[in-house]
Amino acid sequence: MTALHWATISPFLLAILIPFMYKYVRRIHTGWFVLILPLVLFIYFLSFLPVTANGDVVLRSVPWVPSLGISFDLYIDGLSLLFALLISGIGTLVVLYSIYYLSKHKEKLNNFYVYLLLFMGAMLGVVLSDNLIVLYVFWEITSISSALLISYWFHREKSTYGAQKSMYITVFGGLSMLGGFSLLYVMTGTFSVREIIANVDLVATSSLFLPAMILILLGAFTKSAQFPFHIWLPDAMEAPTPVSAYLHSATMVKAGIYLVARMTPIFGGAAEWFWIISLVGLTTLIWGSISAVRQKDLKSILAFSTVSQLGMIMSLLGVGSVAYYFNDGDNALYTTAILAAVFHLINHATFKGSLFMTAGIIDHETGTRDIRKLGGLMTLMPITATVSLIGLAAMAGLPPFNGFLSKELFFTAMVNVTEYGIFSVETWGIVLPVLAWIASIFTFLYCAILFFKTFTGKFQPEKLAVKHVHEAPIGMLISPIILGSLVVIFGLFPNILAYTLIEPAMAAILPGILEPGEQFYVNIYHWHGFKLELWMTIGVIAIGTIFFLTMKKWSKSAFYRSEQDIFNHVYDSGYNGLIKGSQVLTRAQMTGMLRDYFLYMCTFIVLLIGYTMFRYDAFAINTDNLSPIDPYMWIVAILLVISVVAVPFINNRITAIIVAGVAGFLVALMFTIFRAPDLALTQLLVETVSVILFMLVFYHLPELRKEKIKPSFKLINLIVSIAVGVMITLVSLSAFALGSETDFTSIAAYFIENSKVLAGGYNIVNVILVDFRGLDTMLEILVLGIAAIGVVSMIKLRLKGSEDV
Amino acid sequence: MKQMRPNDMMLQVSMRLITLIIFAFSFYLFLAGHNNPGGGFIGGLMTASAILVLYLAFDMKTIKKAIPFNFTTMIGVGLLFAVFTGVASMLFGFPFLKHFFDYFQFPIFGEVELTTALPFDLGVYLVVVGAALTIILAIAEDDK
Repeated sequence: MTALHWATISPFLLAILIPFMYKYVRRIHTGWFVLILPLVLFIYFLSFLPVTANGDVVLRSVPWVPSLGISFDLYIDGLSLLFALLISGIGTLVVLYSIYYLSKHKEKLNNFYVYLLLFMGAMLGVVLSDNLIVLYVFWEITSISSALLISYWFHREKSTYGAQKSMYITVFGGLSMLGGFSLLYVMTGTFSVREIIANVDLVATSSLFLPAMILILLGAFTKSAQFPFHIWLPDAMEAPTPVSAYLHSATMVKAGIYLVARMTPIFGGAAEWFWIISLVGLTTLIWGSISAVRQKDLKSILAFSTVSQLGMIMSLLGVGSVAYYFNDGDNALYTTAILAAVFHLINHATFKGSLFMTAGIIDHETGTRDIRKLGGLMTLMPITATVSLIGLAAMAGLPPFNGFLSKELFFTAMVNVTEYGIFSVETWGIVLPVLAWIASIFTFLYCAILFFKTFTGKFQPEKLAVKHVHEAPIGMLISPIILGSLVVIFGLFPNILAYTLIEPAMAAILPGILEPGEQFYVNIYHWHGFKLELWMTIGVIAIGTIFFLTMKKWSKSAFYRSEQDIFNHVYDSGYNGLIKGSQVLTRAQMTGMLRDYFLYMCTFIVLLIGYTMFRYDAFAINTDNLSPIDPYMWIVAILLVISVVAVPFINNRITAIIVAGVAGFLVALMFTIFRAPDLALTQLLVETVSVILFMLVFYHLPELRKEKIKPSFKLINLIVSIAVGVMITLVSLSAFALGSETDFTSIAAYFIENSKVLAGGYNIVNVILVDFRGLDTMLEILVLGIAAIGVVSMIKLRLKGSEDV
Repeated sequence: MKQMRPNDMMLQVSMRLITLIIFAFSFYLFLAGHNNPGGGFIGGLMTASAILVLYLAFDMKTIKKAIPFNFTTMIGVGLLFAVFTGVASMLFGFPFLKHFFDYFQFPIFGEVELTTALPFDLGVYLVVVGAALTIILAIAEDDK
């Protein structure tokens, strides 16, 4: 275990200690103990910055399951370091925020911080793991801890609903992803991402390329709330606001982004990868931004805006993957998209985190998150309003904040697509920038709604539960202020990120494109002349403003008023349909009637044997080796058949017992005819005893009822019983015919020869029973004894009423 | 007025003789098993039938007094016989259930073959008698 390993699992270790701290140190808010860890981790990860900036990587390995090729390998390059810094950095701020947000008297803080630390550790594991199986393990822990955090207030129905939904969707994706990883292993023989990238030509030429790609993308899309799997994210807003800020804006939802970026060197350059990711990302972008406009709840708007922004990053990764097709790192035409993706990833984490925190403050101070009840908070909560304004302006893409720069880069990348000249972009490529532009208008619109509906207009105290609305305590404001400052700093001096984080991350997403020793050179600047992108931004602002000003007109339309996402209906009806369908299916086959189950079994036996015999052409009838049949055998056989056939037609039970007994005695006669005296004797005695038994229980049995069975059911019974009889007859005949063709020698000769010599007895049957095969006999008498004890305990220990069943 | 009991004298008197014959025959079947048709299973069933016939001729109490065996215990004893026959051969370093036989001279019977299969078969005999009677008597005594 190296220091890096301890750092990765340190949140889990601390999580073990949290309940003790909560229980024994009640005076201090438990969050303070937690706060230290992400801060230390953040500083620790900062120490890797010079390493990755030089283009180096760190690899630490600890074997876990060496026989399966699974080892706990941690790998730090630009991409994983970027994520690790995001996780620990925003983690610190969120813990600080939560200390003031959650009351130490009312809330179960031990649960909260244990879940949060579990999540933090799992997330670090996801981004740092080099081994796919280890990555999957941490991936599922993020799903589980996320569900636990969403259902933190588990007495609320909506919380558990949201947790369940997110669990179903993300675990579905996680399992698909595991399938994809397994296929990668099949193709390359290793679980290590580095080694897979080194053997990428094995993957590219394999027929499993497409299935593996789609399965892994399912994992990424469900986790990152991409269309149409985005529906769990708005429902996850039932979680406490620090959780929403941390998991559902900055970290967990970016796990899918991380996965796509990680897999780009493996799958990138393929047309399917390009089109699937770009189109799904753009669809998510536009669908999320349109849906966000319709929401009335602050956190719902932010949730849909997260969906939309994640779609934007995803589409950029899709567009950027084309760099592999051209294998050209110098040409900014192809790499701008990756640059924009990485840059926006950082920007989004900063402004979305601060926006969630301000939404939480507003909720905390006014008691509502409904924008129809809010208004005029600007003068009451000036700091919150300022931070919100900065965050929203960055999200809408206004200068001089960082969102403006990443949005400009986004437009550049999308416009560049039309110049690629591959993957048939010449026909459909123009769709991409147009969709991106429309989505940006809606982004601007919901940002404007968020700000103006909340902070301007008339203050409506009569609608609020809290009477005395005022600014939040300073502790709650620290984190959003820090994030808001970062928005401004990154906006004004974007190049402090360029050398430290963006270039190494780009090099990690696009390894093998650069010549050895070469580095990406990133220079983000504000002013790039009156180019197309600038006009697009101006258009966004202009049209967005018009839309916002005319809101009164279109806000009455049905489109605006319906808050529900149509895919929620699909999910709900699918979920209920599955439950109903399985109930119908179960009720149809589980009738509770033994005769139905017996019918299934018989039918299945007939079909299975019949198909198998037919498939292997095993039906055969051979009469050559049959013995001659004497007349008295015929007589016994015909009597036997008559007595057996008669039984089902008898309506009187005592007659049925006697006729069945007749059949038994005829069988004894058969044994005599076929020279088996021991069997005949036994059969005679057993039959006698069992008839006596029947007579005894007969006394207890009710009258044979005239059962009302439908004629169709009777017909089915008849057909199935005939089929079973015919099938068994055919099997016996075929076994006889084919068995006589093979050259087995029966072991009977051995018994005949050695019965006297080895066991000292002439009765071969008995010698076999007690000597050669004595063990069988011993266990059979055990069976007999158990049966007797069973009968005694059933009769003597009878319970009252229906309990004895 | 006292209710008249049906008079079963003929049956009861003949049964005393017949059961003796059946017992003897069942014992013969049990011993004959090694060289002739018969054996523990058949002998046991025959003995059980003989006792059942006695139950038919007389009432429960009388027979219980006359044959004071607990048939359920008999099952356990029989199983122990069978298992110990098997274990005994292991004590001498042979596999489980290895049987031996030899011929001995006895004063009256002359040369007799004795085999370890006999105690095994006795176990079978006891289990069969015990199980058959336990089952049937349990059902017959059940008054509901």
